[in-house]
Amino acid sequence: MTAVEFPPAPKRDGLVRRALRDPLAVGCLVVLALLIVASLAAPLLTGYEPDHSVMADTLAPMSGSHPLGGDGVGRDVLSRLLYGGRTSLVGGTLAVLVAFAVGGPLGLISGFYRGWFDAVAGWIVNVIMAVPAIIVMLVVMAAVSQDLNVAMVVLGVIMAPMVFRLIRASVIAVREELYVDAARVSGLGDGRIMRRHVLPVVIAPSLIQATQVFAVAIGIQAGLAFLGLGKASQASWGAMLGDAFTNIYNAPALLVWPGAAMGLTILASSLLGNVVRDALGTAEPRVVRRRKRVERRAAAPVAEAPADRLLTVAGLRVGYPKPGGDKTVVDGVSLTVARGEVLGLVGESGSGKSQTAFSVLGLLPNEAEVTADRMVFDGKDLLGLDLAALNALRGRGIGYIPQEPMSNLDPCFRIGSQLVEPMRKHLGLSRAEARAKALELLARVGIPDPERVFRSYPHQISGGMAQRVLIAGAVSCDPRLLIADEPTTALDVTVQAEVLDLMRSLQQEREMGMILVTHDFGVVADICDRVAVMQKGRIVETAPARQIFAAPEHGYTRMLLDSTLEGGPARGDLRVPDKPLKEVTS
Amino acid sequence: MTSPLLELDDVVVEYPGKGRGKKPFRVLHGVSLAIEPGETLGLVGESGSGKTTLGRAVLGLAPVTGGEIRYEGRPISRLGKRERRALSKDIQVVFQDPFTSLNPAMTVMDILTEPLLVTGVARADAEARVQKLLDHVYLPQDAARRLPREFSGGQRQRIAIARALCRDPKLIVCDEPVSALDLTTQARVLDLFIEIQEATGVAYLFVTHDLSVVRHISHRVAVLYRGDIVETGDAAQVTESPEHAYTKRLLLAAPVPDPERQARRRAERLRQAAS
Repeated sequence: MTAVEFPPAPKRDGLVRRALRDPLAVGCLVVLALLIVASLAAPLLTGYEPDHSVMADTLAPMSGSHPLGGDGVGRDVLSRLLYGGRTSLVGGTLAVLVAFAVGGPLGLISGFYRGWFDAVAGWIVNVIMAVPAIIVMLVVMAAVSQDLNVAMVVLGVIMAPMVFRLIRASVIAVREELYVDAARVSGLGDGRIMRRHVLPVVIAPSLIQATQVFAVAIGIQAGLAFLGLGKASQASWGAMLGDAFTNIYNAPALLVWPGAAMGLTILASSLLGNVVRDALGTAEPRVVRRRKRVERRAAAPVAEAPADRLLTVAGLRVGYPKPGGDKTVVDGVSLTVARGEVLGLVGESGSGKSQTAFSVLGLLPNEAEVTADRMVFDGKDLLGLDLAALNALRGRGIGYIPQEPMSNLDPCFRIGSQLVEPMRKHLGLSRAEARAKALELLARVGIPDPERVFRSYPHQISGGMAQRVLIAGAVSCDPRLLIADEPTTALDVTVQAEVLDLMRSLQQEREMGMILVTHDFGVVADICDRVAVMQKGRIVETAPARQIFAAPEHGYTRMLLDSTLEGGPARGDLRVPDKPLKEVTS
Repeated sequence: MTSPLLELDDVVVEYPGKGRGKKPFRVLHGVSLAIEPGETLGLVGESGSGKTTLGRAVLGLAPVTGGEIRYEGRPISRLGKRERRALSKDIQVVFQDPFTSLNPAMTVMDILTEPLLVTGVARADAEARVQKLLDHVYLPQDAARRLPREFSGGQRQRIAIARALCRDPKLIVCDEPVSALDLTTQARVLDLFIEIQEATGVAYLFVTHDLSVVRHISHRVAVLYRGDIVETGDAAQVTESPEHAYTKRLLLAAPVPDPERQARRRAERLRQAAS
């Protein structure tokens, strides 16, 4: 066996680098950096103390000595703006630090160990969340300290539950991952698992949360100062707004400076959070081109199809736009299904078999580019159908049985309503008629207590039952073609056998055509009349089932058949080796 | 007589019931089995039979509430954290899902050196060993610099196997390691398992739902049904002429890749179901 060839390893960029490629991030960082520098350098940029009041400068206009003028009590506006920046930035930072210092470790421990600690921490956090934040801060400022920074520390504690919940949730999610179990089996201690596997996952959402807490804190701090709370000596943007508000008719411009400063700071901080989130989300830039319908590639000669022909597909291509050229997943597939015939579509993952089936159903994602020379279902041209016509066809003409029964039932609705709805729409039945027919169908697919299942929610029934329900749904509007995408792969063998029996008998009794997508040659042997073998987006061989198994022509088909383990020799008894065992790498 | 490598003696696993006063949920109802050094014991059952839980109990990831698991004669089902960690040298795991069992943010090198570095192996030695391990599982040398998402399912499973082999374990619990893979990949990965076993003498507890897989890789097979072992025996005997009714049903339900034989098997199954 030879090692697999790889393309050269692509360059990987870290989160910081990826975020920095976004001009928005650079802009936000520049704004925040300027704000920090300006407020730190306040004594260098202005000669005035922020609380130095000169009566003569009351509401002074902009001038050389007061670049932004004077406020209502004759203080220099620029100086107050710069020193106020200090208050805001320090306050916001304090709130963030306290919120994470309290919520972070609690969230980590709660999420990682769960148990009684989680219960107690969750209870405390709920109590904190139930307390009205503004009122607590007003009380603290009235009774304990007039310092705005004290208020921000309290705010940090009040915001800690948000951080706690976020971190706890992300830790719980990681903890369920198999790789954490694997690390435990590898002999890693809790501390190391936390550091290596848990923390990296928690950091990114925490960063985003931090920017939000920062922005909220600045806003709330300004609100408190606007109400007149806080020490008179502590310049702040909120206090400036309060002063501007009292002079709003005499000097409206006073509102502009603190308003703009706050707006910029909050905006830069929130947008930075968004950029981080975006940088985390998509590793690969997406190319979006919308195209809804299957397009005809060329005017194909319309040959007269045999009378029993149900579906004809010719020259089907499916591609996805990718940066650096489209990726073709189905490359010129042609197939036919006759009435009452079961066509097996076989191949390995990535061979394009599901994509082929989905394009007949019109269920491919929007960015897929689907073209075909011909696609005719029961005499009707599928190419260029609009959504309404396609929907009508999907209900009455073509039924679909999916691979994962559970994820294809809506957990919010009872099974009954999920069966009744399509029949009312497509067959125009009344509620009572549809209900009677649904019960009849449930009985037909071998469900022992149809009434109970009709009333159940999807989570109340087993996977095998759910697949029977979906089969009932697929045949409920009497389709002429069934498309089944790996319908038994998620089921146990014993259940698989029963579901295949059911599909076979329904198919024969209603003379439906069927396309069965599968990778299992046992399933093919059980139910298929004809088989099309797919490899890398092309059909390499189509033949009657017996012939495929007895005399496969294409090398790929032979390779697939040879790799089935069924019928091979058993491994045999354990022979105790007489030579000493060696280490794997020696 | 030497004691077996791993011995399960009447093992019970229960999860606490939801809410106060609820009865605990019993997954394993007293399971006993033994694995000899260098042997593969196949564990077959359907979903919900408790086969994965049994593997997790051996790994110390599921709560053993009754009975005893013995490794080389030593009880291991109620070990402290430190002792359990020490055992990780000998008992390793390959999980079913190759997509979630590897940390997506770590390079293959970091994933594979991790179990070595915790035991105080120098980084240079660990990296040299990883390169050898990659050879053993037929991955190219430059795989070490890559992230798991750059590999296919079969290749990821090879990485997981390499991780399990890192510290020369004596037992690997394999939890459905090939059921997420394509047919052709499945055969190759199974052969890799066998090749490694023949070279190193490691024993496998091989959990699967697929009789043909279990026949291919196991020396002996145990069949688990609703938390109880219903049949144990040689792989050939259990997969050809099973004794227990459930195993018979399992065998007849598995479709054969041959239309005529499958038609016969189906008829036989329907006949037995009717009787």
